[in-house]
Amino acid sequence: MRNLWIFLSRYNAFFFFIIFFTIGLFLTVKNNAYQRSVTVNSTNKVVGEVYTNLNVLKRYMSLGMVNDSLARENAKLKTNILQLQNIDTAKDVIVKDTLGVPQFTYLSARVVKNSITLRNNVITINKGTLDGIVAGMPVISPGSGIVGYIMDVSEHFATIRSLLHKATFISVNVKKNNAVGSLIWGEGNLDYRKAYIKDVPNHFKLQLGDTVVTSNFSSFPAGIPVGKVTNTGVSKGDNFKLIEISLINDFSTLQYVYVIKDKFAAEQKEIEAKIQNEQ
Amino acid sequence: MNSRLVIVNILRWFIVLLFQILLLRNLNYYNLANPFVYILFLLLLPFSTPNLLLYLIAFITGLTMDAFYDTLGVHTAACVTLVFVRILFISVSVSRDNFDEPEPTLGNMGFKWFLLYATLCTFAHHLVLFFLETFRITEFSYTLVRCLLSSVFTLFLLILIEFIFYSRKAR
Repeated sequence: MRNLWIFLSRYNAFFFFIIFFTIGLFLTVKNNAYQRSVTVNSTNKVVGEVYTNLNVLKRYMSLGMVNDSLARENAKLKTNILQLQNIDTAKDVIVKDTLGVPQFTYLSARVVKNSITLRNNVITINKGTLDGIVAGMPVISPGSGIVGYIMDVSEHFATIRSLLHKATFISVNVKKNNAVGSLIWGEGNLDYRKAYIKDVPNHFKLQLGDTVVTSNFSSFPAGIPVGKVTNTGVSKGDNFKLIEISLINDFSTLQYVYVIKDKFAAEQKEIEAKIQNEQ
Repeated sequence: MNSRLVIVNILRWFIVLLFQILLLRNLNYYNLANPFVYILFLLLLPFSTPNLLLYLIAFITGLTMDAFYDTLGVHTAACVTLVFVRILFISVSVSRDNFDEPEPTLGNMGFKWFLLYATLCTFAHHLVLFFLETFRITEFSYTLVRCLLSSVFTLFLLILIEFIFYSRKAR
């Protein structure tokens, strides 16, 4: 026993290392699980406040750019309204009112912390459970383009698992011919302006500049533009090819985002869970 | 002397971490190299710090960085590895009875010793950091390149900071 004690105390550095390293490793692996009780991340009140206060200057610097993008979006929406108003109601007597049950509602939020330099990037926004945000909600950026999914929520803050994250897969299709694939980022290239679509069947003919939009199978509303094809990919003997696209939205200048509330999300999830149980 | 060291180290902790979170978090060189200069704090802890305390400090520092980087556990494991390498290197290269210098700074220990010390610690830290973050075998070579280039970047900044703030003492 005494020898054991001497042995342990002589090589204490090594044993401490084993203990603390195991704790670190355990935290890393557990972090990938969906639910967790401790919040050591930027939804934490202290961390969130620090980032909010630090971001003041940066926000001020980019005011002009944000204004421009808002003006552009306003112009687009005004055009849409004009198109709706110009319907000749004297001719079409029956008006279908679909505004009663909008499936998607948008909630705007300010980006408190953004990151584009890592393999797994996480964005923090200043809205939380008090504003009705739930984990798993899709997030898009104001002009066009997608941002990611809500990952963690606290009362006043929420983190977004950005598209620039290894665990993010989003179902997209090419607008021209509906070729479906899944959007991924960062396999061998951490450029925040580029992403890849994998598992696109070989027989679809694609051209440079084809628009890629979200598909019906993702939790995003269908048809949100994501990017343009920059490399149509070469098949490597199997039935699928990898396509390179350039993203429409610029992650480095992200200041505001829209969180999308899907009214029927819970209902859809419930009915899909039922199918899994029966299998 | 002891209370002075404690205060200096606490101040250094805040300054180095704020520097990392405010400025260096946004730096990126061709999507390949990111600097993590906050490890300077762990490198410069006094020689007389007991092992357990070293590990606890590294653990807390790592956890704080994890909170700001949203990568729970990754920085923690990396910092703990750094401290392990630090203890091994110091036990091999510095004799235990004559710690005439309180801290392993560039000015105290000389350029050669500090360069080797910083290189080993930085590389160990970055190796754990990048591979735990990626956690995928398919991206092995790309992650290794990122790790090596980031180590060089971090090391460059570390030596630069050391040269600016610590002048060589007259012996």
